[in-house]
Amino acid sequence: MTRLLDRLDKVASPYLFIAPFFVIFGIFGLFPVGYTAWVSLHAWDISGAQGFVGLDNFVTLFGDPNFWNAIVNTLGMLILSTVPQLVIALILANALNQRMRGLVFYRLGVLAPIVTSVAAVGIVFSQIFDRDAGLVNGMLHLVGVPPIDWHADKWSSWIAISTMVSWRWIGYNALIYLAAMQAVPRDLYEAAEIDGATKARQFWAITVPMIRPAVLFTVIVSTIGGTQLFTEPLIFGQGGFAISGGSLRQFQTVSMYMFEKAFRDFDYGYGSAVAWMIFVLIMLLTLINFLLTRHWGGRA
Amino acid sequence: MRKSHPLLHAVLLIAVALSAFPLYWLFVVATRTNDVIGDWPPPLLPGGNLTDNLRRLFGAEDAHFMLGMANSAIASFAVTVAVVFFSSMAGFAFSKLRFRGRDGLLVVLLATMMIPVQMGIIPLYMIMVRLGWQNRLQAVIVPFLVSAFGVFLMRQYAERAVPDELIESARVDGGTTFRIFWSVVLPALRPGAAVLGLFTFMATWNEFLWPLAVLEADNPTVQFSLNQLSTTYYTDYTLMFAGVLVATLPLLFVFILFGRQIIGGIMDGAVKA
Repeated sequence: MTRLLDRLDKVASPYLFIAPFFVIFGIFGLFPVGYTAWVSLHAWDISGAQGFVGLDNFVTLFGDPNFWNAIVNTLGMLILSTVPQLVIALILANALNQRMRGLVFYRLGVLAPIVTSVAAVGIVFSQIFDRDAGLVNGMLHLVGVPPIDWHADKWSSWIAISTMVSWRWIGYNALIYLAAMQAVPRDLYEAAEIDGATKARQFWAITVPMIRPAVLFTVIVSTIGGTQLFTEPLIFGQGGFAISGGSLRQFQTVSMYMFEKAFRDFDYGYGSAVAWMIFVLIMLLTLINFLLTRHWGGRA
Repeated sequence: MRKSHPLLHAVLLIAVALSAFPLYWLFVVATRTNDVIGDWPPPLLPGGNLTDNLRRLFGAEDAHFMLGMANSAIASFAVTVAVVFFSSMAGFAFSKLRFRGRDGLLVVLLATMMIPVQMGIIPLYMIMVRLGWQNRLQAVIVPFLVSAFGVFLMRQYAERAVPDELIESARVDGGTTFRIFWSVVLPALRPGAAVLGLFTFMATWNEFLWPLAVLEADNPTVQFSLNQLSTTYYTDYTLMFAGVLVATLPLLFVFILFGRQIIGGIMDGAVKA
């Protein structure tokens, strides 16, 4: 009898151990994702499905200037935030990789932004970039630049929003790079030193190629994050036009557009179609990143 | 040890200053009155108006800030405990137990980590409507009680931290699998679980998109409540900043206590909060 129970325990336990994950995730994670596809093929509003419409939602979407505007905004801010963010993180990681006093202090210092919530960052930066009361315009005034209405135009709002995204994630990315840098064998540098390579040359010829997997990882994670950009621009907008990203939709992202369609206009079918396009966009960008980074690695 | 370059310190000090400045500025504004915000040169030291700003914050109509804090505390705590527990269980099973379909299920789990939150959010909302959970706290808790990422992390950790011999000998002593998990595996997983817990807590506390979709202004989480402040009181910066300060304090506290573990966790496992 004990033996039988023991046998039962061995066979059944593994499934019981993974069951909570798969049950809860199945209901609230996987099922909704599949269901999004079904909803996107219907005219579907708050009162329920109004019938199957095939690809109509997608056809409308492709002709929808607001959707394309949101795509352009998302990509623009993605580039403006990701590229400087990762380059600065790389330089910072290299600085943190030296032996010196106060290392823990510096590491904690650059990581501090991670403890802030996105909503908090949005509010603080919205004030810093305020047209009348903001610090950035105050500083620009010192060097004779007239005040910029950061919220009003595409380029200026993109810069402000990208700044807050970068601010939050530079330290995090720097630590990822730092971890990878610490695994690079020391004798490579010693050999380079003997050959007379400068520090800068060592950085580009040894460090950067050696930490390629970490770079690829951060590029992909930042791209996925950037494609889903939502909270920063929403809070930056404030007031009545928040979800449309300013009165002229100058900084509305695709995620905001999805939210506007589904949860303000209650057009669930159309919103689901937008959700699918976010997914497609992520897949496309991940693929491009992957190919680009591999190519770059091939030459190094 | 090579003597470090003064230029290096200068660069790092500037980086730290830029990282910390918005946090400091947050404190300055939260302790000031509205009429000095926007002055040039700006006030660079904290003022004496914090208590007054806090009083206005907690009394602010439509923001329900206190309730938001309480809701977020409950949700973050519940989600963290559940994620750590369920992830440890599943992570242990995936790394140390043998069962049919293990590899296939693991691949499914990994694949789901690629899916963005936005993908399922509309049907998830419909499910909540069906369950009658709109505007109720369980809507921001129950769907997040498990995490694919958490399972993966704990599996990696168990792989390293739990020797097979330990489990074998516990089996010989006649322990059931759950008994072994509870008294042998779980203690060994503690450091990994701590890091997962920290990140889960921070992520849940900071969650924004989903609460905004499923909750309403009269029953918000803290981030929802901040958004409510920024739409209603968007010119009253000292009030908003007082809110941001209060909402950030718990995380700042976690960061000061566990900063080294958080750094270790990021550098170990490439974790995105």
